[in-house]
Amino acid sequence: MSWILDLVNPRERKWEEFYRNRWSHDNVFRSTHGVNCTGGCSWAIYVKDGIITWEMQQTDYPLLERSLPPYEPRGCQRGISASWYVYSPIRVKYPYVRGPLYDLWKEAKASHPDPVQAWASLVGDEQKRSRIQKARGKGGFRRAKWEELVELIAAAALYTARKYGPDRVMGFSPIPAMSMLSYAAGSRFLQLFGGVNMSFYDWYADLPTSFPEIWGDQTDVCESADWYNSKFIVSMAANMNMTRTPDVHFISEARTEGTKFVVLSPDFSQIAKYCDEWIPIQAGQDTALWMAANHVILKEYYIDRQVPYFIDYVKRYTDLPFLVELEPNGNTYKTGRLLRSNRVARYKDVENGEWKMLVLDTATGEPRAFKGQVGDRWGSTHGKWNLSAEDTLDNSPIDPVLSFIDQSDGVVQVGFDDFVNGSVVSRGVPVKRIATDKGEVLVTTGFDIMMSQFGHSRGLEGSFATSYDDEDAPYTPAWQERHTGIGRETAIRFAREFATNAELTNGKSMVIVGASANHWYYNNLCYRSATVALILCGCCGVNGGGINHYVGQEKLAPVAPWNTIAMALDWTKPPRVVQSSTWHYAHSCQWRYEQEFTEYGLTAPNPRWAKGHAIDLEAKSVRCGWMPFTPHFNRNPIELAAEAERAGAKSTADIVTHVVDQVASKKVNFAIDDPDAEESWPRMWFIWRGNAIQSSAKGHEFFLRHYLGAHDNSIAEDRAKGKTQRVKYRDTAPRGKYDLVVDLNFRMNTTSLYSDIVLPTAFWYEKNDLNTTDLHSFLHVLGQAVPPVWESKTDWEIFKLISKKVSELSPLAFSKPVRDVVVQPLMHDTPDELAQPEILDWAEGECKPVPGKSFPHVRVVERDYANLYNKFISFGPKAREDGVSAVGVNIPIKKQYDQMLDNPIMPMPDARHMRCVEWGGKRYPSLEDVLDACNTLLMCAPEANGEVCYQGFHNEEHHVGLPLVDIAEPTRGVSSTFYDLTRQPRRILTSPCWTGLTNDGRAYSAWCMNVERLVPWRTLTGRQSLYLDHQWYLDFGEHIPTYKPRLNPRKTGDIVKSRVDDRSLVLNYITPHGKWNIHSTYKDNHRMLMLSRGMDPVWINDRDAEKVGIEDNDWVEVYNDNGVVVTRANVSRRIQPGTCMYYHAVERTVYIPKSQERKWRGGGHNSLTRTRINPLFLAGGYAQFTYGFNYWGPTGIFTRDTHVVVRKMEKLEW
Amino acid sequence: MDIRAQVSMVFHLDKCIGCHTCSIACKNIWTDRKGTEYMYWNNVETKPGTGYPTRWEDQTKYRGGWVVDGQRQKSLRLRLQGKWGTLTNIFYNPYLPTLDDYFEPWTYDYQNLITAPLADEQPTARAISMVTGKYMDTIEAGPNWDDDLGGSQVYANNDPNFDGASDEEMRQINEINSTVFFYLPRICNHCLNPGCVAACPQGALYKRGEDGVVLVSQERCRAWRMCVSGCPYKKTYFNWSTGKAEKCILCYPRLESGQPPACFHSCVGRIRYIGLVLYDADAIEETAKSPQDQLVMAQRNIIKDPFDPEIIAAARANGIPDSKIEAAQKSPVFQFVKKWGIALPLHPEFRTLPMLFYVPPLGPVLAKVENGVYDNVANEARLGPLMSSLERSRIPLRYMASLLAGGNEEIIRDVYKKLVAVRVYMRSRKVKDIPDEEVQRALSEGKTTA
Repeated sequence: MSWILDLVNPRERKWEEFYRNRWSHDNVFRSTHGVNCTGGCSWAIYVKDGIITWEMQQTDYPLLERSLPPYEPRGCQRGISASWYVYSPIRVKYPYVRGPLYDLWKEAKASHPDPVQAWASLVGDEQKRSRIQKARGKGGFRRAKWEELVELIAAAALYTARKYGPDRVMGFSPIPAMSMLSYAAGSRFLQLFGGVNMSFYDWYADLPTSFPEIWGDQTDVCESADWYNSKFIVSMAANMNMTRTPDVHFISEARTEGTKFVVLSPDFSQIAKYCDEWIPIQAGQDTALWMAANHVILKEYYIDRQVPYFIDYVKRYTDLPFLVELEPNGNTYKTGRLLRSNRVARYKDVENGEWKMLVLDTATGEPRAFKGQVGDRWGSTHGKWNLSAEDTLDNSPIDPVLSFIDQSDGVVQVGFDDFVNGSVVSRGVPVKRIATDKGEVLVTTGFDIMMSQFGHSRGLEGSFATSYDDEDAPYTPAWQERHTGIGRETAIRFAREFATNAELTNGKSMVIVGASANHWYYNNLCYRSATVALILCGCCGVNGGGINHYVGQEKLAPVAPWNTIAMALDWTKPPRVVQSSTWHYAHSCQWRYEQEFTEYGLTAPNPRWAKGHAIDLEAKSVRCGWMPFTPHFNRNPIELAAEAERAGAKSTADIVTHVVDQVASKKVNFAIDDPDAEESWPRMWFIWRGNAIQSSAKGHEFFLRHYLGAHDNSIAEDRAKGKTQRVKYRDTAPRGKYDLVVDLNFRMNTTSLYSDIVLPTAFWYEKNDLNTTDLHSFLHVLGQAVPPVWESKTDWEIFKLISKKVSELSPLAFSKPVRDVVVQPLMHDTPDELAQPEILDWAEGECKPVPGKSFPHVRVVERDYANLYNKFISFGPKAREDGVSAVGVNIPIKKQYDQMLDNPIMPMPDARHMRCVEWGGKRYPSLEDVLDACNTLLMCAPEANGEVCYQGFHNEEHHVGLPLVDIAEPTRGVSSTFYDLTRQPRRILTSPCWTGLTNDGRAYSAWCMNVERLVPWRTLTGRQSLYLDHQWYLDFGEHIPTYKPRLNPRKTGDIVKSRVDDRSLVLNYITPHGKWNIHSTYKDNHRMLMLSRGMDPVWINDRDAEKVGIEDNDWVEVYNDNGVVVTRANVSRRIQPGTCMYYHAVERTVYIPKSQERKWRGGGHNSLTRTRINPLFLAGGYAQFTYGFNYWGPTGIFTRDTHVVVRKMEKLEW
Repeated sequence: MDIRAQVSMVFHLDKCIGCHTCSIACKNIWTDRKGTEYMYWNNVETKPGTGYPTRWEDQTKYRGGWVVDGQRQKSLRLRLQGKWGTLTNIFYNPYLPTLDDYFEPWTYDYQNLITAPLADEQPTARAISMVTGKYMDTIEAGPNWDDDLGGSQVYANNDPNFDGASDEEMRQINEINSTVFFYLPRICNHCLNPGCVAACPQGALYKRGEDGVVLVSQERCRAWRMCVSGCPYKKTYFNWSTGKAEKCILCYPRLESGQPPACFHSCVGRIRYIGLVLYDADAIEETAKSPQDQLVMAQRNIIKDPFDPEIIAAARANGIPDSKIEAAQKSPVFQFVKKWGIALPLHPEFRTLPMLFYVPPLGPVLAKVENGVYDNVANEARLGPLMSSLERSRIPLRYMASLLAGGNEEIIRDVYKKLVAVRVYMRSRKVKDIPDEEVQRALSEGKTTA
């Protein structure tokens, strides 16, 4: 045809150069995005004439096993939009400070040349302080000079430390893995200063509390390539297209290989499009379906027929064969605690006998204690902490009895909680009689309890399920229908397919969980119910199996050396941290808006502790050493140490004794006992790499009110008066606790808009850093393509500047180094796990306050403010002495440290070479530049340096008592520098700090090391824990996997005063992750806004919308007592009736009209939430239930339990 | 025989996750300029939906593509030309999409967040039209407005592929047990019989002899915009700033330096395949005139077997180098389209012979709802729903046939049977839970072998 032109005349085609020129570029650099998304994608950044033009994915990941599809191209629509930010009009290009603060500061400086004095005069004047606070969020930014603002910040920090204590200086930055040294910059400054790192993973409700409960681990999951190894995948509360965009192809590739893929999701979501079977479960009711699946699995694979693989698995790797004591309870019995070995004669004198539990041995018929339990972990003899089926006493073999059904000494009736009906049902349980120090006791196995809990009579008497069709008996397929809306046939078939697949593949059935489930009040029950199915079918610790929770880029692979650098452990221990959920609940006054938690929460009948106001339980957890809190006391901790010294304290121990005495005699109080007192307030807040005031701020409007003293749209009322016991309720709630809020940001988001000072930070393509994720197993860089533009600086440089200024000004506040009292809770992965076999409260007179036992640790550290900067830029000698540690594994790095000391002192940092610094007559490895820090980290990480890895396994082998070092031998010579990583991502080595086995390209999957190499889980029994016998759990009725119904919206207090009528809808408010954003980042990105609807609409079911006359794209107001959102309706049949969806982390900056329902402009998604804590997770001092930063504690919940009113908006006002 | 080489494409819709990374890769590189704000040379649509520009598939509205004139014994003419030919319409073209059919591009008053003076209320960044520079109170449309069934009653239900569906059928589509959507990424098809090229009175468009890429010469274009109308896929656009038409160039500067187009490179769902095919240019007109239900077969036929000595000889005679012949032999597109026959042209009835082919998506199975309880119909087979995607697919065969087969449901059925057979076979090898006779049946129904 005539249009096919074989043009050979170059002139005819010269115009084609137009597009060729547009494609051209000068250079390509490697970087990634410092955003909490789990992608961890390696990107190519194109630069032309010194300007970043665009980005494309790198496609050079090393391949894993040949049978697995490759990872590339990794990177999604959000990532590829990132370059828009660099030169965008929303970029923060200069340091900014709000007018009133700027004016008052200059005024103060004029009359007080000493900047610390100047700050004192400013915040000491309530009128001035209030003027600054009321202006927050209302524009009026002024451009200022770096020097001016750094001086202001340093002066304010020093003043706060001297006047109130450094534990009033807070710092929040989320998820280090995405740019781990940028995080470390701020935290290193804070920890050297004595400031506080606020946790994020728990506060974000990303922490799956079931992981610490079951496995004693924060989170461990498979990399996405391992999905391809699965033959049956269930997606629960997840939407991998949305949130695992670069990984989801593995699912489609697995499907082509015959894998079945089932999606549980209330809406027809993006991932539902991708599946074989969509189960449109009622929102938040996944637990009920899994409980029914477990009912079916126990019946068909354990009773009707025994699958050898399953039986063998649960005997070896779970606590199901362990003996549980049954306690008399009226005419029947109740489930009690695991039977301790020192209760029986054989183990009477065994070390830590209280921390070694018993099973019944088949051969001897006697109770026996396995090795590998927490008692062996912290015992004086090494080599007994392993999962070999041997007796801890004499290495004799043990074959545990799983069930007493065929060999019982009798059957007793045991009460089981039915939380749906609020009743206790009585069911038979087969028992054995065991002679103990307190006479004969009745015991059964965890497995037998499970059988009765799930309603299987096995011929025993009691109120059991009669059949699958028994609608009234909990956990039958018929029972679940009314909760889930899913038919029994589907539930039964689902269970069979899941279990049969696992049987045929030795455990290759998998559950992928996303964020949604974890935001419900009873999130852990949901996870536990699914995990029961996986464990019963032998799926955990198997490639292609397990529960894989992907929420937040939580996996910081080189965690041990990172901890050292970030927490400044190379200089000072312990770090000062808080558990943000409990901290915000107390400090942002959200506890004041509710009464006893039992208003909406369910516990076992007649609880001893599980009652009252959650704030009281929180206070108990702090004083018992379960949870951290700051300020520690109603006193300055520096002052407290000085006072002890004045009172004659000579040693650290004397200071500790003094402090404990002061607290015991109530002369000094824990700040949590009176959080609203002025002396308990936090004073200063550093925010970097995050959106702490909006995106993650559950109860955002309360943050505005109580933290900032700004305007807010909440109409919720105080309800706590008279409801607290120990915690003091003050009639007037404080407004504006913070004196100064400093945000480091590259864009003007909600947090920067409401902060006092905004410092321009380098964009992701303008700095050097390291990045890892759990979705793949590579280390790679976040790298600089161009220097920071305009006046921006990297986080490392900014905190260095602040550190330097603090050191410089410090003589104005402190004449010499001072001592600081740090209160630290009982810690996980330390012998503290053995601290509290019983709950005893010293404040109730139940025991004496003993630090580290019944009371938190009280530590004394030195603060040398004059040398703060010097310490910041030097890798301190404690790292050489102590080595680096994570998850209880200690790795010596003396050799590496000494090697580093051989490096020269040079002015220029380098991606390949390392340097030293010298001060005070001593030489240290340099951390002056972030490249130095990156290389130091890589040098000391078992994941990157084969020799360090080898040493780590060597130590661990000694502890465990089984061969492990062979794992590290093949890669002993591997090492990487930052420069190497800019060439190509490198695979992470199999590490003693993790549980996957990745040698020879094997895909990472959690717990393989436990299952194959018999390294115990870090739990009470060393096994996977399905029976949680902490007394607190028994009290809450959650010691056994169970079901608690969704909270009743009439009792949660979100809609009390808000207008509801026949023109409005009351809907469950679901805020899942969205398609055009990673949390709040990209929500304001022009590329993304153009592809969505120019804003975030609220998605409503079409039939719901019709009822109140809402049409697609109408402006609507979404509100409850907490606040209001103004947006537009997206009316769609893919949404489940009764729910609305507002994709999470909407900024309140872009395209937001004024509210007509409330006074001010509409807010963001967290304007409608109010946080509560589930006090269950306060439990502490006991095996895996001990505190760890981002490892344990209440999650920031209640978003999913929120209800809202939706109404068409009549008038549009800007 | 006039054997020519064409760079050709396959999009595997079962794998598409609708992420639009492709759209932005393209936007960043090519259409981030004045006059191109509204252009998405690569866009992704939710189906069912009305797409971008809205209802582009409706040729009674836009008059794109070709028609076979039955009265004059199957002569092929542009639909746009009517009976009188191009020249009478040369000054007036009523079938052009308007800005409203695309959308009015907008930005925001971002600066206000930083520069707003201290006030009583929090500042916000209002929307501003990139065309008029004025504030926009309510944005009404965008390039991806009905994403993920957004506004399903307005958009999904007005999908032109539902034209002619009964009320009962439309009611059923709105029920939970049959709700479904999938994604349709679209770029220029670089057709063998391109309507855009044929419509240009200036001869500004051409199809490159060496690779088949269809281009608008930015030198020759004189703003007639007939190409915009002539393309039934609405994949040529008018740059209002330069006064030239522009379109997807298949990233020829990247192709020429050995890299796939940016949208292919960036496809994180890994759905995109690119490769060379050999075809007979002499057969274009005859192929384009085939009866509607045979267009898919005819288009498969025009693509020639690169292993056939006769074809190789003809290719060499036409100056096609051996390296290209080898590339055609190794082409994934040849395998998908010709060998396996599972990739199909989009709306072949537009008769432009598009050279972008789609593997249809599987989608979850249908269910029943009784007394408010949702149940997937029990199946005797152990993993029934996995293997019965054809009979119980939520995506109606008729809909897919309208989209990818000129209405020929038989073709769609064959493709699905083959896709299912692959999964059944692969599972039977790995898990061994499917009886051999079931595997054999699936393979024979899929017209394939192990």
